[in-house]
Amino acid sequence: MIRFDYARPADVAEALRDGADAQAAYLAGGTNLVDLLKENVARPTRVVDITRLPLSGIAEIEGGGLRLGALATNTRTAYDERVQADYPLLSSAILAGATAQLRNAATNGGNINQRTRCYYFYDVGTPCNKRSPGQGCAAIGGVTRIHAILGASHQCIATHPSDMAVGLAALEAQVRVAGPGGERVIPFGDYHRLPGDEPWRDTTLQPGELVTAIDLPPETFPTHYTYLKLRDRLSYAFALVSVAVALRLEAGRIAEARIALGGVAHKPWRRPEAEALLRGQEPARDLFGAAADALLSGAKGQGANDFKLPLARKAILRALEQAAAGTPQSQTDKRIA
Amino acid sequence: MPDTRQTPIKVGIGTPLSRVDGVDKVTGQALYAAEYVVPGMLHGVIVSGRIAKGRIAVIDEAAARAVPGVAEVLTHRNRPHVAWRDSAHKDELSIPGDPFVALRDDRILFSGQPVALVLADSFEAARFAASLLDVTYEEEPHNVDFDLSLAEKTLPLWKRKSFHAPKSHGDADTAYAEADLRHEGEYRLATEHHNPMEMHASTVHWHGDGTITVYDKCQGAQGVRDFIASSFGFRSKDVRVVNAYVGGAFGSGLRPQYQVQLAVLAAKHLQRSVRVVMTRQQMFTHVHRPQAIYSIKLGAERTGKLTSMIHDATTSTSRFENNLEDVVTWGMINYACLNMRGEYTVAPRDTYTSSDMRAPGAATGMTLFEIAMDELAYKAKVDPLEFRLLNYSDEDAMNRQPFTSKALREAYREGAAAFGWQGRPIEPRQMRDGREMIGWGVATGIWDAQFSKTSARATLLADGRLEVASATADIGTGTYTVMTLVAADTLGIAPERITSRLGDSDLPTAPVEGGSWGAASTGAAVQLACRSVAERLLKAAAKVEGQPLAAASSIDDLVFADGRMALRADPGRSVAIIDAMQAAGLDRIEVEETAATGLRGLVSQARKSRKTHSAVFAEVRVDEELGQIRVTRIVSAIAAGRIINPKTSRSQILGGVVMGIGMALHEETLADLRLGRWMNHNYAEYHIPAHADIHDIEVIFVDEPDPEVTPLGVKGLGEIGIISVAGAIANAIFHATGQRHRSLPITLDKLVA
Ligand SMILES: Cc1cc2nc3c(=O)[nH]c(=O)nc-3n(C[C@H](O)[C@H](O)[C@H](O)COP(=O)(O)OP(=O)(O)OC[C@H]3O[C@@H](n4cnc5c(N)ncnc54)[C@H](O)[C@@H]3O)c2cc1C
Ligand code: SF4
Repeated sequence: MIRFDYARPADVAEALRDGADAQAAYLAGGTNLVDLLKENVARPTRVVDITRLPLSGIAEIEGGGLRLGALATNTRTAYDERVQADYPLLSSAILAGATAQLRNAATNGGNINQRTRCYYFYDVGTPCNKRSPGQGCAAIGGVTRIHAILGASHQCIATHPSDMAVGLAALEAQVRVAGPGGERVIPFGDYHRLPGDEPWRDTTLQPGELVTAIDLPPETFPTHYTYLKLRDRLSYAFALVSVAVALRLEAGRIAEARIALGGVAHKPWRRPEAEALLRGQEPARDLFGAAADALLSGAKGQGANDFKLPLARKAILRALEQAAAGTPQSQTDKRIA
Repeated sequence: MPDTRQTPIKVGIGTPLSRVDGVDKVTGQALYAAEYVVPGMLHGVIVSGRIAKGRIAVIDEAAARAVPGVAEVLTHRNRPHVAWRDSAHKDELSIPGDPFVALRDDRILFSGQPVALVLADSFEAARFAASLLDVTYEEEPHNVDFDLSLAEKTLPLWKRKSFHAPKSHGDADTAYAEADLRHEGEYRLATEHHNPMEMHASTVHWHGDGTITVYDKCQGAQGVRDFIASSFGFRSKDVRVVNAYVGGAFGSGLRPQYQVQLAVLAAKHLQRSVRVVMTRQQMFTHVHRPQAIYSIKLGAERTGKLTSMIHDATTSTSRFENNLEDVVTWGMINYACLNMRGEYTVAPRDTYTSSDMRAPGAATGMTLFEIAMDELAYKAKVDPLEFRLLNYSDEDAMNRQPFTSKALREAYREGAAAFGWQGRPIEPRQMRDGREMIGWGVATGIWDAQFSKTSARATLLADGRLEVASATADIGTGTYTVMTLVAADTLGIAPERITSRLGDSDLPTAPVEGGSWGAASTGAAVQLACRSVAERLLKAAAKVEGQPLAAASSIDDLVFADGRMALRADPGRSVAIIDAMQAAGLDRIEVEETAATGLRGLVSQARKSRKTHSAVFAEVRVDEELGQIRVTRIVSAIAAGRIINPKTSRSQILGGVVMGIGMALHEETLADLRLGRWMNHNYAEYHIPAHADIHDIEVIFVDEPDPEVTPLGVKGLGEIGIISVAGAIANAIFHATGQRHRSLPITLDKLVA
């Protein structure tokens, strides 16, 4: 861990001043940032502790929807009655992640901004473009068990590790951001980015910008949803593959469909074509297979993660079945529904 | 008043007693090596090397030294003298080769090797300065790929003392060629790291008078003391090593670890107290269970009766030491077969030396062998449990020796009954519940019942309080509680009035805690010491008015209970221990005794085979589409002689089973072959079972009286619990899915492929 200044602003304006320095890092629950500091991966000159900012509320939005404060904890969000009733997919996705202890500390803003778990990113003894631009990517040709099969670049093949983000992607949430230039709202699909030639940039957040809230849209998916997560042990492991599905069924037909994948790309993975295939159709295994193929088109393994291709396809099929049947995956009973 | 109760209530051997150190542990009173605060102590942070092989070219220390509070940057260039002979760095359990000596020279032998120790007056300053150290290397080609290293496999001339070469009998190759049924398979186990909860740490208290006290995370205080003395030029009596509490070790603390070398080097160099704590990541830079490959050929008659077994295993070691384990012998000992042949070799790679990890050799070899046996059972179309009974051996089939006892048949029977094995369909893929396929598997475990010379001291005070002490360790296994129970049993004193002391090199001599010999050996020593106390008490009782115990000619005529000694033949006649002490004018009775082999009719270790056994039954549920595995039930039936403390013993087996589930499904250290480096070096990415992975586990101890095996009839339980659990699970996965997995761990990728 290196030495850094520490600031603890009381309001957003002060936080933005403190965070304006390009080398500043916002500290929320600290469950990710502190690890990265200890490993010398994060080397900020200033740590801006935002835990005193008044951003921990969860409130209804006029005209529909729910605003989740950036500093509301993952636990509070997952067990919020309105979230559980209207957005159970989000609750489930959050509860699929980490452990109760971590979720108690973790915040919504921190969760979507957590960094990749790529082994090399975490080990300063190895080269990594995301950690040190231009060093090269040691993961390519190395230990790739947890790496991307979609949207990777020659510079980086990392995945985004968040479960919550996969649920938010399927729900088409919006990220509210405050910055030196004022406030803006980023559609969730545009929030995380693919690595391309700038793998050090995980998101479209500009330097100094702060996430203040995540808005859930008016459209709710209270019954036909699921979050199915496959991992190396039954709890407390990041997703090898996860699938968030939200469906609206009308008269036995799929009126609206969302599918997002986790553990396979640098961002929660969605494809409009795949979802379009489902709309207007009756749920059926063949149809689900076609949607899975569309969602996975262009997928490519890195060697040790080739298994993610068949695993993802099977997981998508199963998740669609669960959602269509209204039998979502439980996050406590680990038997797959 | 004489005690007239006919059946005194007695806490002793066989009483399920909670850990006597439990409250201290959960209230933070128990101090671990990194928690001792010594005035004026410096904090040392280890800098780990980047490359797998080569030399250190340049170390730029300027930036690190400029950090306020930094006292020293210790490297191979400025370290104080250490003994130059390899033999000086040997320890109690050294293995053939050149032991790793931290900061010895500029040579890099493995990735993550400590290249410097940065010392500062605060941990934060030391850690920051460590991050600024700039080390450049001259790299040399390396190999950490086990498969490539097989080209260099050998059985070295020099073998460690504990190694037993496999013995061949008959003509296994001809018998295999002529067998009615044949099975041939290649089985594998991934590299695993021990990963005890407590990281390796040492706090050296530099007293300034030539003596040091070292609080060290290790499994043997006296071994570390002797090592420090010979490596760093201390007199043995000037070094005291304390390991009163150890947060797990699984074998990683059997030998002195490099942090203690660094801490003592620094203390000596600066003549100051020093603390060095490894990070979790650094826990992956030293010992590990070797990677293994095991080729097995089995031949049998049509009925399933074994006629030939051919074993050939190789495990990984380093280039500087040869870690040999007993891998192939277990199956040869366990099953009746006239023709058997075993080969075993080690293959060197550029890593740290592999090392003993819970049930070394057997957890690898027997586990994998039991998968092969299962395969042959299916070929013979015999129920896998029947198949094992069919090939049951009442003698040690490899050494052709009788066992002191072997209640494995009972373990099979009781385990099968508890599990509900009867009626199990023989064919795979016959049981399901919705989309989960269900399978049942069985496997056999076997391990050495060992005994090791151990001393203990018992001190009885006039007020009836007793202290028992030995330099052994409690690595979470329950030694404190075992010592208390044995003392309570022998002298009839309530556990609350007994204090057990251990984990201090100044206490009576004991071997390193490992190999499951702790309870048998320390227990025997404590019993001997307490019996000597009892003899003196009997003499003292002669001074009690009326001489109620006059009829006793030895302590065997007495019953000790409730703080009293009573005539066995006439319990109404008794004397309170404190009254005897008072009558004889004694303020304390203190004796030290040594339990050694050859004692009290103990047969020599050479003539009979001493083994613990287990029968493990597993139920798995596998999602037919997604391959997700749930181990929903395990029954582990154990034949381990006498059980001193059913409660902590059960915990030992539960822990072993959980670790076995990890071996079956989770544990695997992944190497980047190009970098020669372990990559998933943290708890987030190196997986051990989480709570959700653990369902019902039932532990059964079968009755197995064995007065011959050790003085107390105890066989030890530290390792038997893990052995073959992964075999039973692999076999259950086959029964559920029809997919045979020969490479552990059985991860999701293998099921969906
Ligand atoms: C062992 C382990 C296992 C885990 N398993 C899972 C899992 O299975 N699934 C899963 O989804 N997660 C998992 N996590 C990750 C966990 O969910 C995240 O660490 C947590 O959500 C981060 O939240 P935080 O508030 O602690 O963030 P912090 O650690 O405080 O911050 C994380 C990052 O976000 C930035 N940041 C924080 N708040 C803001 C803001 N308001 N605006 C802009 N930037 C901000 C920080 O600067 C930092 O870069 C695991 C973590 C650990 C340690
Ligand atoms: S995959 Fe990305 S994060 Fe991992 S080493 Fe390559 S550049 Fe770094």
